[in-house]
Amino acid sequence: MTDTHDTHITGYRFSILIWVDLLILTLLTIEVAQFDFQALTVIVALLIATIKSFLVGKHFMHLKFENRFLKAVVIGVGALFLAVLIVLFSDYLFY
Amino acid sequence: MTSTTLSHAHPVHFDAYGKKLGMWIFLFTEVLLFGGLFLVYATYRFLNHDAFHTGSAQLNVVMGAINTVVLLTSSLTVAMSITALQRGDSKRAINLIMWTLLLAGTFMFNKYYEWYTKWEHGLFPGMEHYKELSPGESQFFNLYYFMTGLHAIHIIVGSILLMVVAYYIKKGTINQKRYTYLENGGLYWHLVDVIWIYLFPLFYLII
Repeated sequence: MTDTHDTHITGYRFSILIWVDLLILTLLTIEVAQFDFQALTVIVALLIATIKSFLVGKHFMHLKFENRFLKAVVIGVGALFLAVLIVLFSDYLFY
Repeated sequence: MTSTTLSHAHPVHFDAYGKKLGMWIFLFTEVLLFGGLFLVYATYRFLNHDAFHTGSAQLNVVMGAINTVVLLTSSLTVAMSITALQRGDSKRAINLIMWTLLLAGTFMFNKYYEWYTKWEHGLFPGMEHYKELSPGESQFFNLYYFMTGLHAIHIIVGSILLMVVAYYIKKGTINQKRYTYLENGGLYWHLVDVIWIYLFPLFYLII
């Protein structure tokens, strides 16, 4: 398509800030795991993991600079996986 | 002047977008590969809740946490190496890749230590103690070895990719104007990091 890059540069300082956020979320997920929220424990852990993945995807994998098509496909793949997970569990929960 | 003449004689198209799109499509297949394993994990965990709890309690949380920090940091160094190359500082870009490789080595060393400790306790498929585990618990450890093992293979592959990228940055083939291969190597590395972001709480933390 294009012969050159559309250059978007993420500054060092910004990347380091994202890294600090990721470390804080890691600490949070470890702390939160000490408490037993019953079924919610998994949900909370997966939620934090998803926030971390979102940060990595958006800023480190530069999804924020990508076009709508690619963003839509990424969301689509995530939705596909979630759909399969829900279908699978609807099967087991009511078995 | 010379280069302009050359590129007119043999137009070389460099499709940065196409290359990156191809990488993303490959990453989707990786997501579905690990996704399938996560579904297997979810199912067996649901069926053997207590055994998975017992299994999880035997993993070393500190080791897992250290490896999480190591991988997150390696993602940072890859991201910064792209910034460096975009700014034309290829030397710094290579240095940052070297840091990434060092962190990858640290991750693998910790992984080796973890597996070795389990091995010493007879907790490895095929060993005597392993055979005495309850079916649910051995399911947990089978999945633990398979998923973290497959992930470790990805770390090795990613490291090789980054080594090749560093070599071509040094040669100048990957440069400030054409850095898609570095970006793609980075994309792969970040995906491997994202997979670990899920593996860590699912195996080490969940009660």
